[in-house]
Amino acid sequence: MMSMFQIFNVSGSAVSAQSQRLNVVASNLANVDTVAGPDGQAYKARQVTFQTEMMGQLGQAGAAASAGVKVSNITEDQTPGRKVHDPKHPQADAEGYVTYSNVNAVEEMVNMISASRSYQNNVEVMNTAKTLLMKTLQMGQ
Amino acid sequence: MLNNLTNTLDFQGQALALRSERQRLIAGNIANADTPGYVARDMDFAQALREATGSQAAASVPAATQAGHIGLGSGLAGARAESNLLYATASQTNLDRNTVDMDRERANFADNSVHYEATLRFINANVRTMLEAIKGQ
Repeated sequence: MMSMFQIFNVSGSAVSAQSQRLNVVASNLANVDTVAGPDGQAYKARQVTFQTEMMGQLGQAGAAASAGVKVSNITEDQTPGRKVHDPKHPQADAEGYVTYSNVNAVEEMVNMISASRSYQNNVEVMNTAKTLLMKTLQMGQ
Repeated sequence: MLNNLTNTLDFQGQALALRSERQRLIAGNIANADTPGYVARDMDFAQALREATGSQAAASVPAATQAGHIGLGSGLAGARAESNLLYATASQTNLDRNTVDMDRERANFADNSVHYEATLRFINANVRTMLEAIKGQ
């Protein structure tokens, strides 16, 4: 029955990875109209990359490792930001252009929906595993 | 005599352990639904159960023929051995080479939990039957 308990580790890692993704999406969406950050550069959209993380004893006879998830790294989108001609803007350059962040709001919304669906799926997996374990506890009564 | 009583229980116990193993596999697939390059896995339940309960000689499990070999063991080891796990092909191709089909995994997960619960009920009924027989009322 120990493999049932591992579900909490697996789904828990997925939930935490998805919430990190949601966090990044929130930060991107918040900065969709940012003109310049503390370093004077426009905000660059961030994106998380997931990686499978083997949990449990790998390679031991009798226990195939379970596949959890982790965020392997967060990459910054290097495409140039949106340029808007607005000579009166305090951040405008010599030619009168203001560089906004390169966040694509539509893409981020899609990313957000996908992350929240995945999050819900994993929570449901944990709920089912918990129900089954509770019923296992009552075995033979 | 006692053997006859517990044989069914043993079988159901093996089935229950395998079901929980499969549940864990599917949970891993659902967790990795967004991981690039992840290949979904599943087990051939009927084959695994056959090997676990020994109703068929575990032909696919390599035998330890020399002193240095590490045997795959008996019982559940056959079911958990990597040789019994299968890879899923993508039902719809996508760019990140992930082969998790969420609909399929959700269906498998629901199917497996129902079977798990059914096995639990079989065990409970079996225990109740045996207790009834022992009490002899």
